[in-house]
Amino acid sequence: MMHSGGYARGSRIGVLEILPWLVAIAAFFLLPEYLSLGARILIFILFTLSLDLILGYAGIITLGHSVFLGLGAYTAGILSVKAGIHDPFLQLIAGAAIGAGFGAITGAVVLRTKDLTQLMLTLAIAAIMMEVGNKANWLTGGADGLPGVQVNPLFGVFEFDFIGKTGYVYCLVVLFIVWFFVRRMVYSPFGAMLTGIRENTARMHALGAPVYKRLLVVYTISAGIAGIAGVLLTQTTQSVGLNVLSFEIAGDVLVMLILGGVGRIYGAFVGPTVYLIAHDELAKQFPEYWSFGVGFLLLIVVFFARGGILGLIDKISARVRKS
Amino acid sequence: MSALATPALETQMLCKAFGALTVADDINFRLEQGARHALIGPNGAGKTTFVNMLTGALPSSSGRIFMNGEDITTMSQAARTQRGLGRTFQITSLFRSLPALDNVAMGIAEREGVALRMWKPASGYSAIRDEAMSHLEKMGLRDEALTVVRDLPYGKQRLIEIAIALGLKPKALLLDEPAAGVPSIESGRILDVLAELPKDIAILIIEHDMELVFRFAERITVLVQGAVLTEGAPDQIANDQRVRDVYLGEGGHD
Ligand SMILES: Nc1ncnc2c1ncn2[C@@H]1O[C@H](COP(=O)(O)OP(=O)(O)OP(=O)(O)O)[C@@H](O)[C@H]1O
Ligand SMILES: [Mg+2]
Repeated sequence: MMHSGGYARGSRIGVLEILPWLVAIAAFFLLPEYLSLGARILIFILFTLSLDLILGYAGIITLGHSVFLGLGAYTAGILSVKAGIHDPFLQLIAGAAIGAGFGAITGAVVLRTKDLTQLMLTLAIAAIMMEVGNKANWLTGGADGLPGVQVNPLFGVFEFDFIGKTGYVYCLVVLFIVWFFVRRMVYSPFGAMLTGIRENTARMHALGAPVYKRLLVVYTISAGIAGIAGVLLTQTTQSVGLNVLSFEIAGDVLVMLILGGVGRIYGAFVGPTVYLIAHDELAKQFPEYWSFGVGFLLLIVVFFARGGILGLIDKISARVRKS
Repeated sequence: MSALATPALETQMLCKAFGALTVADDINFRLEQGARHALIGPNGAGKTTFVNMLTGALPSSSGRIFMNGEDITTMSQAARTQRGLGRTFQITSLFRSLPALDNVAMGIAEREGVALRMWKPASGYSAIRDEAMSHLEKMGLRDEALTVVRDLPYGKQRLIEIAIALGLKPKALLLDEPAAGVPSIESGRILDVLAELPKDIAILIIEHDMELVFRFAERITVLVQGAVLTEGAPDQIANDQRVRDVYLGEGGHD
């Protein structure tokens, strides 16, 4: 299950890679009362996937990935509430474009730096955007956000209903399309090249790769995908608030990715699923212990399962095969 | 070697200092087209630093660098590589979690300009795979092509360094102690491979093994404390008393 890609290994879609989609379809029929949570999970898978692309593959460290989610979310909200544009696909394209555009602009600065400086820059940009969202009342609704976002029925037929059936299927289809592109990318020469940058940047320079430009390309793509996730969030909840720009979300997505397993695509599927279900169950029952629990879980992952849940599964199955 | 031909690489008054330590002291150097040139000198003389400045991995403090007559002093490392400057690292620098094949293919993909392609799987680029395989075969690593590099013995990792450089098809090749840490059977292979390289490739080799140097090089430059002590044909260098004093006479190196 360990993702590989590259020149030596094949790129056929494995049986295990079909599993998430089967689970998602089964959930639609078997758990109708959980579809809004399901949609939220699908959206966070998309968001985490975008982070995996830059962190897991290219090795870019960020604590401000929420910015792109937030931009996408507000793009959809503003288009609907302020401009009266309720077309779901127009919102989707606009959110992706704004996310990607802002990714290109901030990436141009962020990617010139490394390590701690890079981390601090992403954090600073996130803080600034949070404050912009807060202060630009006329556009964003400030602390109240923008309630009452409207989205036209999909293809003029499927209403975004209260139970969340349409939203769930819609998110699933968007996720599937993006996953398909990301997977191709990861297995392509571009993906191999990103792995090369993460593994040994000095060597990539010596091979003639203009590393900075390459990072800018993947950063822009990642930001666009995060923007799409943001649009979906607004469309399915029919509102947008400052929380989409918060540090909490930037931290959550990092935790989800690390929990699932970094740099292997499917860590981004497992992490958010486990995290959000656990949050839904536990945070309600033991709200005072939730943060403690997350911290404890992270410690376990860092000390005993560096590859996250998927890494752990790899290790166990390797051991089983040996014995 | 006509003095009129534009050299593959040339430095003029090249200097480098790390704080108070001068590591390159007004180096004037020419690597002629198709040269087989060795750069020798005691540990810490500044040989690796010199190569790093040639490739652009390190900025020089002052002076100029030319490649085929073009001033490349401030040019990025990637741009120099794209113009045909290849190198190997004294301290092995590989993609350790990737198979040997990928290590070599990665450079070929850059050379061929396909590294930005995002659709077709890398494994479907059979021309690149085949070429990578052929470079590995040349280094006797056919059976190791699919092995993850970190699982290979150090000597074989050194050979992959060279396979990667071959994959770049450089016009000028800088080899920083390619045989260091390689068992003697395989270091013979390195010499064989180097001997087979097209004559129009200019090669600069840094090497402590004098036997290897004298077998390979047609010209030798001696670097001591960042400055060129002397330069000449191998027999000239072998008989130079100053060289014997500071270097050859020192006894064992490394
Ligand atoms: N990045 C650096 N910062 C400070 N000093 C450095 C740096 N790199 C090299 N040096 C110093 O510069 C001097 C020359 O180093 P260099 O590696 O170029 O020598 P060398 O001739 O390649 O030696 P060797 O034969 O051991 O490989 C040494 O004294 C080294 O300690
Ligand atoms: Mg050295």
